Amino acid sequence: MQIFSKRNKDILIITLEGELDHHHAKGVRQALDRMLEDTSIRYLVLDLSGLCFMDSSGIGVFIGRYKVIKKRDGQTCIAGVNSQLDKILEVSGLYNILKAYDNVEEAINGIRGVA
Amino acid sequence: MMDKRNEMRLQFLSKSQNESFARAAVAAFAAQLDPTLEEIADIKTAVSEAVTNAIIHGYERADQFVEIITRVYNYSVVIEVIDQGKGIDDVELARQPLYTSKPELERSGMGFTVMETFMDSIEVATGPGQGTKIKMTKHIKNNEGEMGKS
Repeated sequence: MQIFSKRNKDILIITLEGELDHHHAKGVRQALDRMLEDTSIRYLVLDLSGLCFMDSSGIGVFIGRYKVIKKRDGQTCIAGVNSQLDKILEVSGLYNILKAYDNVEEAINGIRGVA
Repeated sequence: MMDKRNEMRLQFLSKSQNESFARAAVAAFAAQLDPTLEEIADIKTAVSEAVTNAIIHGYERADQFVEIITRVYNYSVVIEVIDQGKGIDDVELARQPLYTSKPELERSGMGFTVMETFMDSIEVATGPGQGTKIKMTKHIKNNEGEMGKS
């Protein structure tokens, strides 16, 4: 499991690569929470295009970070969802709280209100 | 009556790093039924949920064994994930979406819902102090591979 991060002003872009299960969830959670200690971050984009597997452990990680960002009146988005991820995100109802985009660029444009 | 074509049994310590091994092993065994990529992904996800349940809810420690029995039939795969841990007090409650007995671990409470959605049927045999056996069945729709011919 690898985690890459980028900043675009108040947007934190996280790219997850590998398999997100219970074994890796704790490390991902801790890494994201460390980055989110920077309170100037208001928007979180989770790039999932490199995630080849995720179970419900990942759902817990996403919901937890969504709550952190929501307290800042921010927004959490997901990008690059593949078909396996799409199914588990749908089942868990995550699309009701996380806006999904095809890729990171579209997510940033969506946050900035660029058509 | 279904005709069993093959069977494998697997035991591994209740360590979280074995979750990926378990789902990959079951998926590799089920591959002889020539499933679609989606069916393989469904099986891997459901096995991951069941094994994670055994490790964090059944045992709560890493020195016990989780067992998986996988049987393939002509058009289906049946997977049993078994632990000898503390069992589930209230199965109906545990199967409710969003219910978790470990909110401090940021569990989503979606494990059983995922298993039920991704597999065609799921049976749970458990009781306090009696361990837990989760039996899941997945029909493989497009199987005309080697197992079907033999």
